[in-house]
Amino acid sequence: MAANGMNLILHVWRQNGPNDKGRLEQYEAKNVSPDSSFLEMLDEVNEDLIKKGQEPIEFDHDCREGICGMCSQVINGIPHGPDKLVTTCQLHMRKFKDGDQIYIEPWRAKAFPIVKDLVVDRGALDRIIQAYGYTSAHTGGVADGNAILVPKTEADVAMDAAECIGCGACVAGCPNASGMLFTGAKVAQMALLPQGQAEAARRVKAMVKQMDAEGFGNCTNHFECNASCPKGVKIPFIARMNRELIKALPTAD
Amino acid sequence: MILDGKCPTGPIQESWDKHRFNMKLVNPANKRKYKILVVGTGLAGGAAAASLGELGYNVEAFCYQDSARRAHSIAAQGGINAAKNYPNDGDSIYRLFYDTIKGGDFRAREADVWRLAQVSNNIIDQCVAQGVPFARDYAGYLDNRSFGGAQVSRTFYARGQTGQQLLLGAYQALMRQVKAGSVKLYERREMLDLVVVDGEAKGITCRNLVTGAIESYSGDAVVLATGGYVNVFYLSTNAMGCSVTATWKASKKGAFFANPCYTQIHPTCIPQTGEHQSKLTLMSESLRNDGRCWVPKKKADCDKPASQIAEDDRDYYLERKYPSFGNLAPRDIASRAAKEQCDDERGVGPGKRGVYLDFSTAIKRVSEATIAERYGNLFQMYEKITDENAYKQPMRIYPAPHYSMGGLWVDYNCMSNLPGLFVLGEANFSVHGANRLGASALMQGLADGYFVIPYTIANYLAGVKPGSVTTENAEFKKSKEEVVARIDKLLSINGKKTVAEFHRELGKIMWENVGMARSKESLNKALKLIPALREEFWKNVKVTGGKDGLNAQLENAGRVADFLEFGELLAKDALSREESCGGHFRTEHQTDDGEAMRDDENYTYVAAWEFKGVGVEPELHKEPLTFDNVHLAVRSYK
Repeated sequence: MAANGMNLILHVWRQNGPNDKGRLEQYEAKNVSPDSSFLEMLDEVNEDLIKKGQEPIEFDHDCREGICGMCSQVINGIPHGPDKLVTTCQLHMRKFKDGDQIYIEPWRAKAFPIVKDLVVDRGALDRIIQAYGYTSAHTGGVADGNAILVPKTEADVAMDAAECIGCGACVAGCPNASGMLFTGAKVAQMALLPQGQAEAARRVKAMVKQMDAEGFGNCTNHFECNASCPKGVKIPFIARMNRELIKALPTAD
Repeated sequence: MILDGKCPTGPIQESWDKHRFNMKLVNPANKRKYKILVVGTGLAGGAAAASLGELGYNVEAFCYQDSARRAHSIAAQGGINAAKNYPNDGDSIYRLFYDTIKGGDFRAREADVWRLAQVSNNIIDQCVAQGVPFARDYAGYLDNRSFGGAQVSRTFYARGQTGQQLLLGAYQALMRQVKAGSVKLYERREMLDLVVVDGEAKGITCRNLVTGAIESYSGDAVVLATGGYVNVFYLSTNAMGCSVTATWKASKKGAFFANPCYTQIHPTCIPQTGEHQSKLTLMSESLRNDGRCWVPKKKADCDKPASQIAEDDRDYYLERKYPSFGNLAPRDIASRAAKEQCDDERGVGPGKRGVYLDFSTAIKRVSEATIAERYGNLFQMYEKITDENAYKQPMRIYPAPHYSMGGLWVDYNCMSNLPGLFVLGEANFSVHGANRLGASALMQGLADGYFVIPYTIANYLAGVKPGSVTTENAEFKKSKEEVVARIDKLLSINGKKTVAEFHRELGKIMWENVGMARSKESLNKALKLIPALREEFWKNVKVTGGKDGLNAQLENAGRVADFLEFGELLAKDALSREESCGGHFRTEHQTDDGEAMRDDENYTYVAAWEFKGVGVEPELHKEPLTFDNVHLAVRSYK
């Protein structure tokens, strides 16, 4: 492995807290295996820093299999880096070559304040779900799972929307830092399923209101969210949300 | 002490219904006076917090991640079992009960498993109502697939990410309660101690991972749903933050730890590629529906590409050894079979620790498009990690630590021996015996959270005066001081080795000596190595940064310190259980053809360990297991 190990120059955003100014600092990553993941490469850089008595780079991560949505790095200007349909943790170093300069930054959006280094606060996304990203089904006392039929064609599109892992790459990739793909995906999933339709109008109004209150921008059709999403959630869900909203506006709350 | 699980008596079919009637209730107007702390927001904790909040209790929920939606239940791929019998293929509550007891190698409580099978159907209904987009057919009916250890199709699924969809269902239900004000959610909090007042669990001590503040929370009951401990092996399929810390701290405060040696090694994971590796990635067991496991018959073929090995030179070892279950043999059996082939030097890939999982037969039978529809995301994940296309060449897989059947001891009400401490999901030991069947973890997490704890916690709370203990109690101050002292100690050592180096070393000891095959010799070796490593840790670990503010090194140091204590208990339990059962395989106890050999006469019990001090011999308490409804048989999948 050492034979094809790569040497890279990293420029990493370091920021001590939300009020610190922050700056890019340079680090070397030596003898990186092309089979390692991007985060494993950072692990090794951190191990070196710790041995030198320096503070390691803080970054969010957990499952390291592309599903928890915790990892969140803008790599060379692209959320989750140059590979398509992967999260940062599933980005592998074989996508880079020896001698590359890599710029690593946090998600940047007004709605995502920086906690430290590459770690941001994505509580805004939780609050959008709190606003109405659910059906009000009570625990117990619901109908049999097959009582209401959901044809495969609709269930599949609902599942396409439900793929969202809540990482926020759509926001980080958008020049307006819009949260519309995230919000639209949940609105659409619920509106497509009969179980969610009873509350569709109330839901879309409440979620859009919260989205605006959090300081996310609007969609101006750059399609960057589409390109950034590691799960392939597509922009037509934004159109669907807008249609749901137009339908809902004349209704009473 | 002989432990009593307090299981209901009488016909098992009526046991849960009868028990529900016999339990005490809390009047609706009084519920809000009770505060319940729920630690962990995965399937069990998320479902519990949402359901208890909805009932009117005053709930506070905690998770170490930045959002409740990220708990590791999210990574479960394959599906969730239920006894709906929609396919009309002979399923029933009894059959799910029987399969689970047998799958667990007759080391689980009958009553608990019956209840699980009984409420399994409610779970599916609940998730559908929440808007979980389960797979359906064109007519709109729910679809099922088969899974290891069962001969019926009872697994419901949402593409290859069932855990994600079920968790989001629970998370959304939880968010609804947060909005309603019945649940207060504390993210980026790690529980570092359990507070026990007069023998009852009354609170927790947490570290605020953002500010570093040590915080006390009091409640009338504490619910732990903090998952499993297989990160003790360092490399596992668990998330990086999964740890034994919450349950181990509870154990140090008096809760018994049951069957820690029952660990599940999952057969279908992507093999390790190098030392840099931080985790192992699971490929859903559902792949074994269409994938066939094989290795070359001849050692000489192991270096050839799979395509150059003739059909006759391939050993489809699971089909050969277990003709009736074939590639759908349960996890423990499939894992050991893979290990056997590699030990026999017929493994493939780098390091020769791998076997093939081949889809070519299925692609010929049903087309590549159908396989892509069933497992597309898994094939994509495989390609991202290995740079190989599994439609064109077989996957390489190898077993990896995945799940812990053991956990804190609980009675039928999911309450530990410490009154007021409830333990749900993977964190408890109750239903999977010595081996968990695929698609049963999601079932248990949601069963405990939605349909068990809402009933059983009332039975305890009805006898408690609400709000009788607050954080003013001296025990909270004491606990806080202990937590702070430990953090100060970790930061003061300033040694030479990093936390990750210690964790990797511990993992190696555990995997080599307490892994898929264990012997008296290997376990005694581990019992020498672990305390020595622990001693070195406390002299030579290097943790940078300070205690204020975000410090991932410090978080990890605490978790590894706990694993270094807990690993020893795991090995002790494995040494004391002189039999092979499920995930616990003692090489001294096997049949002539290498199958696990139980000793029902001497070991049909739950081993619950009482902590007596670090490095001090723990005390073993036994809960005898009785089987009135199933016949203890040799577990055969041939």
